[in-house]
Amino acid sequence: MTGDPSAQSALTDTVVPSGRTNKADDVGASQWRVAMRRLRRNPGAIIGAVIVLVFVLVALLAPVLAPFPAEALPGRAEIRPTFIPGPSDAYPLGLDRYGGDLLSKLIWGARASLLIGVLSTVIGLLGGMLLGLLAGAFGGWIDTAVMRLVDLMLSVPSLLLAVSIAAVIGQSPRAIVIAIGVVQIPIFARLLRGSMLAQRGLDYVLAASSLGLSRRTVTMSHVLPNSLGPVIVQATLMLATAVIEAAGLSFLGLGGGAPTTAEWGRMLAQAQNELEVAPRLAFLPGACIAITALGFTLFGEALREALDPKTRKR
Amino acid sequence: MTGSPLLSLRDVEVTFTTEAGSLPAARGVSFDVHPGETVAIVGESGSGKSTTAAAVIGLLAENGAVTRGQILFDGQDLAALPHSATSRLRGSDIGMVPQDPMSNLNPVMRVGDQIVEALEDNGVARGAAARRRAVELLEEAGLPDAERRARQYPHEFSGGMRQRALIAMGLSCRPRLLIADEPTSALDVTVQRVILDRLDELTAELGTAVLLITHDLGLAAERASRIVVMYGGEVVETGPALELLRDPQHEYTQRLLAAAPSLASRRIQLAKVTGLAAVAARDLLSVSHGDGVDAATEGAGGTRTDSIIEVSGVSKVFQLRGKGLFSRTEAFTAVDDVSFVIPRGRTVAIVGESGSGKSTVARMMLDLIPPTSGSITFNGERVGGANRAAEVRFRRQVQPIFQDPYASLDPLYSIYRTIEEPLRAHDFGTAAQRRERVHELMDDVALSPTLLRRYPAELSGGQRQRVAIARALALNPDLVVCDEAVSALDVIVQSQILRLLADLQSRLGLSYLFISHDLAVVRQIADHVCVMQDGRIVEQGTADDVFDQPQTPYTQMLLDAIPGAGLELGVAS
Repeated sequence: MTGDPSAQSALTDTVVPSGRTNKADDVGASQWRVAMRRLRRNPGAIIGAVIVLVFVLVALLAPVLAPFPAEALPGRAEIRPTFIPGPSDAYPLGLDRYGGDLLSKLIWGARASLLIGVLSTVIGLLGGMLLGLLAGAFGGWIDTAVMRLVDLMLSVPSLLLAVSIAAVIGQSPRAIVIAIGVVQIPIFARLLRGSMLAQRGLDYVLAASSLGLSRRTVTMSHVLPNSLGPVIVQATLMLATAVIEAAGLSFLGLGGGAPTTAEWGRMLAQAQNELEVAPRLAFLPGACIAITALGFTLFGEALREALDPKTRKR
Repeated sequence: MTGSPLLSLRDVEVTFTTEAGSLPAARGVSFDVHPGETVAIVGESGSGKSTTAAAVIGLLAENGAVTRGQILFDGQDLAALPHSATSRLRGSDIGMVPQDPMSNLNPVMRVGDQIVEALEDNGVARGAAARRRAVELLEEAGLPDAERRARQYPHEFSGGMRQRALIAMGLSCRPRLLIADEPTSALDVTVQRVILDRLDELTAELGTAVLLITHDLGLAAERASRIVVMYGGEVVETGPALELLRDPQHEYTQRLLAAAPSLASRRIQLAKVTGLAAVAARDLLSVSHGDGVDAATEGAGGTRTDSIIEVSGVSKVFQLRGKGLFSRTEAFTAVDDVSFVIPRGRTVAIVGESGSGKSTVARMMLDLIPPTSGSITFNGERVGGANRAAEVRFRRQVQPIFQDPYASLDPLYSIYRTIEEPLRAHDFGTAAQRRERVHELMDDVALSPTLLRRYPAELSGGQRQRVAIARALALNPDLVVCDEAVSALDVIVQSQILRLLADLQSRLGLSYLFISHDLAVVRQIADHVCVMQDGRIVEQGTADDVFDQPQTPYTQMLLDAIPGAGLELGVAS
């Protein structure tokens, strides 16, 4: 009948084994632990996680998995101006316009996409978190200054920025990474700042200040960790966007490299001319981009749901 | 009470399907509401009272369903009707006044238009006639200047005005049954009374039956002729209001009766009149009532110097942004020339409605915001403006307990880490000594040490508030500032926490500043009371003086607003 079961207080020190002061954390279910438990029950999350895992494995194991090196053109002799050989025993997905093995190029392409996606998201995440932390922790004129800078960054169209960067440092995958990363910075900055402002108004932060903790400790060990949830979700979703954007920018040729470069966007661009002769050259890299983006999106959305306090009723 | 009931619940079971499987939220619920009668469902959060109401009006959440029993409205089983049929009944035959007036009006639609919409949708009136009727309804709900008000948007209304608009809407189609789910719990006490009075008059005039959902037994007893007590999804007791109060049968009702602050303060009042001091003492938790000797020495000894904190002439002015783009900031005086003293080991309460400045006083006492003028002296030392060492010393000695136990603990910290944090921050002993202290604190607040590994999300509201208290006590403070510390808790838990606070005070010699809007709670715990209105203290004195001989009309109004003020309770027993 007791609404508050705390009445029963069998107070024996033996419950917590001695010498385990801080390991106590491994028993209760923290927010992240609860989120993991919910993720495991969500079919969307599992599908997303499997896709992401396959993608990452393929990217990492490309040298083992791919039948041919990235830039190799093993079937060069079989290409005719009017004919591109389809799937065969030697080339399971057929050849491309230059005699490259399509399967090998798709596998190596995964590596390029993963690299560009992860690197650019890391740039966006680090830059955005630094700016967001500055704005959210100090407030006042620092906040105003940082947020105006962020507004400035948002006002430049991403494509224009990418073209400008490519113009300055030359067409290369590096230009794509920087362009996509820089475009992400304001998004992460705003998200972290908003999240921190919301947390800062809560009583536990006031309670921490009342304990006499320094401002730095309050910010770093209470406000920041509690503000990271939405940022991590956004980063997962951003990976999907980054993979698509990377393909888009290299489709436009900003990534540089030879026409034979094993990169999904680049392959799509090359396939344009052969659309009627060999549609698979466009379809397969396109499908790879779409499925990878879908995987990250599914996982990110499931993570958002799992971390959402509104649905966190057990 | 004779004749057939308007609403009759027969063995109703409501089940929710959740991640964890199906969860019955109400079981075997049976009761009747006769035409024109007011019936109250009383229970704590999670008792199934709101779920039952939602089942009647067909507004259960998507994952909920009536899985057994009948809900007979005028002989028709609502549970068996298709969705379209219940939605036709809604509004026209069964009206609803929701709990939160802030979120239940469409913010982008004029208030009048929202009532017109209800009228037109239910086919009561159309066009110009509907608009005229909407104004009449607002007038009827007690909204002054209704003609002009009908053209305004919800944000131009105060909480009380919005609730009047919602009452107008709920009664717009002259329903035979009105469901009022905690209709006033989001409002200030003085407004609550006025709104409930108006609702009473209106429904009596129109002959509307009312199903009132509330957590306050005192309020239920005052407003309803019959009370249904729910606990854990089941009806534990049903009966005529006064009978149930005088002679509660079920153990839970008895505990609810003992815990409800509104009833406790009424018992104190009645006991004083009849001179039964011993009876009043059961409900009085303050130190000066704990032992009569103490109260006597205070008058004689003249120990004026032994005050832990002195607040003299403190004001706080906030600069608000001006209305125009280039206009200057406007000054807003939240706290105006406030002075009071907290004697060591005593409880001083500040009561007031929202916007009275009481929380701003609390924040200044905690040195979270600086006062604009005036001074706060703690143990003879001036608060704020001093060096970091003095600030740290002050922080050790003054600790807060906040209102919302869901927000006052860091969700990422285990309970152990939460309570240990202040010890660690102030370099208290070795790791082993800290661990010992944490266990001692858990013992103090009567929590099992097995909870130490849990996280706040895994604890009940009462348990969390105990953790917050343990954390506040970790550094052996002299003064604890309780800002609405029990307001968010269910009545029984509330009374447990109040008793815990009183017990800790007498054991550890703590002083409390107790901020609350609830006079009934203040009556029980406070030695001294300051009544705040619009940033000023309008009255202060000992709790007995303020409650027994209020000097200002405002205090009198606050006292009258405590539900159950006129109830004849059996005190002598």
